[in-house]
Amino acid sequence: MSIAHIIKSFTLWEFVKAHALTLKYFFKPKATINYPYEKNPLSPRFRGEHALRRYPNGEERCIACKLCEAVCPAQAITIEAEPRDDGSRRTTRYDIDMTKCIFCGFCQEACPVDAIVEGPNFEYSTETREELIYDKGKLLANGDRWERSLAANLAADAPYR
Amino acid sequence: MTDFFAGYLGYNGGWFIATIIGILLIALPLMLAVAMIIYADRKIWAAMALRRGPNVVGPFGLLQSFADGLKVFLKETIIPSSANRGLFLIAPIITFTVALLAWAVIPFGPEMVLANVNVGLLYILAISSLGVYGIILSGWASNSKYPFYSAIRAAAQMVSYEVSIGFVLVTVVLWAGTFNLGDIIQMQRGHIFGFINGFAFNPLLFPMAVVFLISSMAETGRAPFDLTEAESELVAGYQTEYSSMSFALFWLGEYGNVLLMCALNATLFWGGWLPPVDWAPLYIVPGIFWLFAKILFFFFVFSWVKATVPRYRYDQLMRLGWKIFLPLSLFWVFLVSGYLMLTRYGA
Repeated sequence: MSIAHIIKSFTLWEFVKAHALTLKYFFKPKATINYPYEKNPLSPRFRGEHALRRYPNGEERCIACKLCEAVCPAQAITIEAEPRDDGSRRTTRYDIDMTKCIFCGFCQEACPVDAIVEGPNFEYSTETREELIYDKGKLLANGDRWERSLAANLAADAPYR
Repeated sequence: MTDFFAGYLGYNGGWFIATIIGILLIALPLMLAVAMIIYADRKIWAAMALRRGPNVVGPFGLLQSFADGLKVFLKETIIPSSANRGLFLIAPIITFTVALLAWAVIPFGPEMVLANVNVGLLYILAISSLGVYGIILSGWASNSKYPFYSAIRAAAQMVSYEVSIGFVLVTVVLWAGTFNLGDIIQMQRGHIFGFINGFAFNPLLFPMAVVFLISSMAETGRAPFDLTEAESELVAGYQTEYSSMSFALFWLGEYGNVLLMCALNATLFWGGWLPPVDWAPLYIVPGIFWLFAKILFFFFVFSWVKATVPRYRYDQLMRLGWKIFLPLSLFWVFLVSGYLMLTRYGA
């Protein structure tokens, strides 16, 4: 132990320096955003809550090809389908277990008709687990609710695909 | 106040009522202060980490602690099936009560003290030693390994640092010549050059002020000495099995102790309710405001340290207590007593 070292340790020099640094940071502007009131910008590719989209005439896009169900690595999607009265093939059941979903985005990649998409919404916390098991009605409602931003995001991302 | 009530109730009744009112006048504002100080702690810590801290409940988040208190109050009290029920429930009560007890002898101004006892400092030492019982009992009664480890750590830590705190207090007592906290404050009036108040400005006592500040952090289990609740090792330490109000009592007691230690720092070394310099216009401000200002300053220092220094390892904590603070403060007792023998009392 050199003299300098002893003086340094007994005057708590390192501590004084550290405290000067934290005091400097105390007066600096905050680095965090004020979350519920301020939000970070989201990429058009942001993968949030799922939605089932419709065509502008109100017809649902999903044709029950089950590619999303097949590609889903978490096996969160369950689809049942049968021909509708007018002969077109539609789903009778489209469930996503949001507690299983890992938000990989494979379902929207696999979808040939841009029916299932992951939207910009990430604030859908619930008080029970059951509410996180989405059925077709919930997904279609999401689609109706978010259609404007979903379409905008798809259009913004289209040149890169 | 005693005389006022004695006029109606006789001396004993008047004294009783006056004391009860005095206790409430200290304890209730203290509870409020603890709530606000928890908020301040979180805000300061957040600001130093460039975060915002609580800012949603009430203006600037000022009511955050009350919201937390209400939440905790509405929770179910869970008692582990293998716990010792009696001790388990009594432990947080002990911690909380002991944190309030010591305030009886803290002078808030001239003549503004609940119990003006001549051995005030000894009383505080005794009470702060009792504080460890709450933690040991909670650790033992929880019948769970992490609280138990935490209790053992707390016991060793508090005992170690009380030794050096004891010697620091001896230097103060030697210099002031009294154990009475009010008289200790009076002795600090014009201590340096006849106009600066406070023992801390005495070059011979300043190192002890620093040792006392650091030891009081260790004594209250604050960061960087919060090994008793080191979450990476012990979950939450002795509080692990607690919920609801019993948890809140620990929380209140802990911050009550922190405030008490801040008040002691202010009282013993920085002039208590005296203004910083002995200048007549400053005495127009009631002493209690000076004391509050000093307590708040020391609380800021406590939070500042918490935001700056990483947690000590347990052997480092013990090394600091036994191998540095103990010899240093012991040596300082000899130094101070020798100096006083040569100067004040004649060789």
